[in-house]
Amino acid sequence: MLLVTCPHCGARPEIEFRYGGEAHIARPADPSALDDRQWAEFLYFRSNPKGVYAERWNHAHGCGRWFNALRDTASDAFLATYPAGQQRPDLGGGR
Amino acid sequence: MAEQAARRTPILAPSAARPEAAISIAPMVPAARFALRLPEAAAKAIGSAAGFRLDMAINRSAAARDGRLAARLGPDEWLLHGPETASEAIARDVEAALAGRHFALVDIGHRNVAIAVAGAHARAVINGGCPLDLDDDAFPPGSATRTLLGKAEIVLLRPDEAPVFRIECWRSFAPYVLGLLEEVGREFAGA
Ligand SMILES: [Zn+2]
Repeated sequence: MLLVTCPHCGARPEIEFRYGGEAHIARPADPSALDDRQWAEFLYFRSNPKGVYAERWNHAHGCGRWFNALRDTASDAFLATYPAGQQRPDLGGGR
Repeated sequence: MAEQAARRTPILAPSAARPEAAISIAPMVPAARFALRLPEAAAKAIGSAAGFRLDMAINRSAAARDGRLAARLGPDEWLLHGPETASEAIARDVEAALAGRHFALVDIGHRNVAIAVAGAHARAVINGGCPLDLDDDAFPPGSATRTLLGKAEIVLLRPDEAPVFRIECWRSFAPYVLGLLEEVGREFAGA
């Protein structure tokens, strides 16, 4: 079973977690200032790399907290997990 | 407080645990339970509330006086536990201890049902539906965490040195959880 390291609970089985899509996407401060294309990019456009990807995970059946992870989308290896709000560790890949 | 006096019939008939048996799966008597949410910094600052310790590590529990117990399920979430008759006193005492602070205290005494799993094969039976490592090194006495048992979310506690695990689940999941445990337990009943 794949183990995911929750920043609060440590290594726990994958089935306790829920996936939350790409991390570090800030909601525009003034949505009304955006045109349709910019708004669509915020809502729908993701980097989708082959390699290191920063994504949000929720320890739904554990502590309930959201956190961020760096995962290699090719190997499925988790390179790092870190609390929400923290800087992305510099381990290559992505934006 | 009229709504607190209302009782629901237990969904599972309580029975006595038999820790000396190869496997013992016993629904427990009703209890007082509260979900407490409190900012992490506040918990650190006060350390405890109404006798319930709050500043332990996440996924650890601490026994308190009069059969009470607090389990820290997350950075800002605790499960407070006590005898059923203490329900109103716990609510009153915790509210008084946290007065003026930002917190939420929700009575979940009727939402949850507890099942005690004991005996030499307790770990194996729980692992029939729960993926956690329950070895003493990974899940030592005093551990408490939310996790999964089959398709049901549970809170799994090992309050003390005794090899007795307590499973808390939602009332409507209780027949499923008990049925799953008993079905796995059949494999170990004569072992
Ligand atoms: Zn967690």
